[in-house]
Amino acid sequence: MNLHEYQAKEQFAKYGVPVQTGRVANTAEAAYNIAREMAVPVVVKAQVLVGGRGKAGGIKLAQTPEEAREKASAILGMSIKGHIVHKVLVVPAANIAKEIYLSVTNDRAAGKPLLMASAEGGVEIEIVARDNPTAIIKQHIDPFLGLREYQARNVAAAMGLSREHWRAFAKIAMNLYASFVGSDAVLAEINPLVVTDANELLALDGKMIIDDNALFRQQALEAQRDVSDDPPEVIHARDAGLSYVKLDGNIGCMVNGAGLAMTTMDMTKLYGGEGYGPANFLDIGGGAQADKVAMALRIILNDPQVKSVLFNIFGGITRGDEVARGILQALGEVPTNVPLIVRLNGTNAEEGRRIIEAANLPNVRYASTLTQAAQLAVQAAKGEL
Amino acid sequence: MAILADKNTKLIVQGITGREGSFHTQKMIEYGTQVVGGVTPGKGGEWVHGVPVFDTVKSAVEATGADASIIYVAAPYAPDAMFEAVDAGIKLVVCITEGVAVSDMMRVYDYLRDGNIRLIGPNCPGLLTPGQAKIGIMPGYIAKPGSIGVVSKSGTLTYEVVYALTQSGLGQSTCVGIGGDPVIGTNFIDVLQMFEEDPQTEKVCLMGEIGGRAEIDAAEFIKANMTKPVAAFIAGRTAPQGTRMGHAGAIVEGGEGTAEEKIDALRAAGVRIADNPEQFPELLA
Repeated sequence: MNLHEYQAKEQFAKYGVPVQTGRVANTAEAAYNIAREMAVPVVVKAQVLVGGRGKAGGIKLAQTPEEAREKASAILGMSIKGHIVHKVLVVPAANIAKEIYLSVTNDRAAGKPLLMASAEGGVEIEIVARDNPTAIIKQHIDPFLGLREYQARNVAAAMGLSREHWRAFAKIAMNLYASFVGSDAVLAEINPLVVTDANELLALDGKMIIDDNALFRQQALEAQRDVSDDPPEVIHARDAGLSYVKLDGNIGCMVNGAGLAMTTMDMTKLYGGEGYGPANFLDIGGGAQADKVAMALRIILNDPQVKSVLFNIFGGITRGDEVARGILQALGEVPTNVPLIVRLNGTNAEEGRRIIEAANLPNVRYASTLTQAAQLAVQAAKGEL
Repeated sequence: MAILADKNTKLIVQGITGREGSFHTQKMIEYGTQVVGGVTPGKGGEWVHGVPVFDTVKSAVEATGADASIIYVAAPYAPDAMFEAVDAGIKLVVCITEGVAVSDMMRVYDYLRDGNIRLIGPNCPGLLTPGQAKIGIMPGYIAKPGSIGVVSKSGTLTYEVVYALTQSGLGQSTCVGIGGDPVIGTNFIDVLQMFEEDPQTEKVCLMGEIGGRAEIDAAEFIKANMTKPVAAFIAGRTAPQGTRMGHAGAIVEGGEGTAEEKIDALRAAGVRIADNPEQFPELLA
C-alpha cells in the first residue's frame, strides 16, 4: 500500500525525522488561506500515488497567497499518469544548499534491510544508479541489531557529507529506519533530504510503501488508504479477495494461481501479436466457487475493451467438474455474449469438459491445451471465431 | 535418491487441527508420506487422521523423532511457528502459509541461516518426491518418478508443467516450489546445487517470474557450476512496471526484474528457454 507524501511525512515525523511540515488543501481557497497564514513563499504539491509529479507540472512555487490559489487551482483536478489530483500539500519554500538522497528498502537476495544514500539527491535514484552507480552508498542492516550509529556515520562519510552534518545525518537515518520497521514499510524514502541555507537537515519529500502482508497489524495506516484514486473494479476485487490488475489489452484472463495467471497473460500476447494481449491479471485463488467466478467475470466484463475471456483453471485439489459447474452457474448470474474460452486441466478435467460442452452455450468454447486456449481467445477477440 | 525428502523422512504438521492442516495431512498420508505427528498448542493429546497431536514442536520431536516439519499456520503466527521448529531441532522446514510480512521473514531468514536449517517457502506449494513423499499441497497424481528435477516460484504453473511432463512420459526426481515472496528460505541456486549433486536427476526444469534477481543469480550459477542441462520459463513478459502481480515478490521495480533480462541472462548461460510452458517436454526429451 502506497502512502501519500503528506502521510509518509507524518509517519517520519512521529519517529523524529525533521520534515518540512505543511498542510493539506482540498480546494484552491484552502491553499490560499494556508499560504496566507504561512506568510512566506510556498510550494504547492500534488498528492497522488505516483512518481514524476514535478515533471508533470504537479509541483509549483508560489510567491504570494494569490499565486498559491492560482497554482492550486491548476493542479487540483489535473491528471498525472492517469491519477486525478484531489489534494495538494502546501509547504513553506526552503532555501536549499545541498540535496541528498536517503532511503531504507529490502534487499531481497540478502534477506536484509538496506540503507541507501547519495550526495546526488533530488533526481530519481534509478537515474543515479544507471549513470553514476558509485555515487550510491549502501549499508546492509542486521534485522535483529537494527541500524547502528557508526554504520550511518560511515555512510555519511562515504558520501562526502561535511563532518558538521554527520551526527544529524546519522540520527535521521536511524529514525528513518525506526519508522521503516515501526510501519512495516518495504520502502521509506526521502528525496531530497536537504541541507538548508541555515545549515540544517530537513526532509522536503517523503515516500513510503507499506507491506500489504503486514496491514493486519498496521490498522492505523490501513485506515489511511486513499481509495479515491482506485477505479470501482479494483475496490470490488479487493473486497472479494481477488487479486486483479487492469491492463490495456482486450483478452480477459481468469486463472487460478499468480504464476499461471501471468503465464496465461503472456500466452495471449504470444499468440495475439500486435494489438492483441491481456486485458487484466486476475488470480481467483483456489476453489473457483461460483460466487467468486461470477464476481471475477463481472469485473472483467465491466472493461469495455474486453473482446474475449480466457478461463484457465488447473484443478489440483479442486476438481474440474466442480470448476465447470461454478463457471456455468456464474454465467447464469452474469449473462454475456462475449466469447468465452474455457480450459481446464488436472483432476477431473474430462468431466469438466463434458459439463461445459453439454451446456451447449453459443459463446462458450472448450480448449484442451493452454496453447489452443490462447489461440482460440485471440481468434475470438479478432472476431474470427 | 532425489533431494530434500524421501520415504524415510519423518514429518510433523504444525497447525494440524486447522482446516488446511487437517485436509492436507490426509492427502500426504494417502500419498505415503510418513506423517508421525502434529502440533497445535492447546490440543495436545488429540488425534487427527490417526496422527497424535502435541502441544509443542519440541515434545513432538522427542516423541516421534521427526526430522521435517510442514507449517499450515495463519500468516500472523507463521513466523513464530518457523522459529519454534528451528529451536526444536528440525532440519527441514516447509512453510506453505501465504501472506507472511517481509520484516518477519528477514528475521527468520537471519536466524535459521546460523543453524544450517533448510527452509522452503513461505507462500509455496511445498515439495514432492514422486513415489516417496509429498510435503505440501501439490496434487500427488500429477507426478511420477523419474529423472527431471523441477524448481519453481509458482504453484499452479508448476502443476501444469509437472503434469505435462508426466503425460509425455517424463518422470521427476523431486519437484520443489520455492515460493513467490521477496524473502524466501531457499532460492533457485540452493535447489540447483542439490539437483547437480543428485545422481537421480539428469535434467532440470526451472520456472521463474518477474521481480528480484533470483533468476539472474541462477543463470550465473548455472553457467559456472551446472553440468546438467536446464530448461526454463519466465512468467510475466506482459506485466507492467511497478505493479505487484499477485505474488508479493512479483513486481518490476525501477526497470529491474523484468522477464526479458532474466530470459537473456538464462539464455546466455546456455539454458533452453520455453516461450510456452507446454514446450518443456520437447525441450527436456
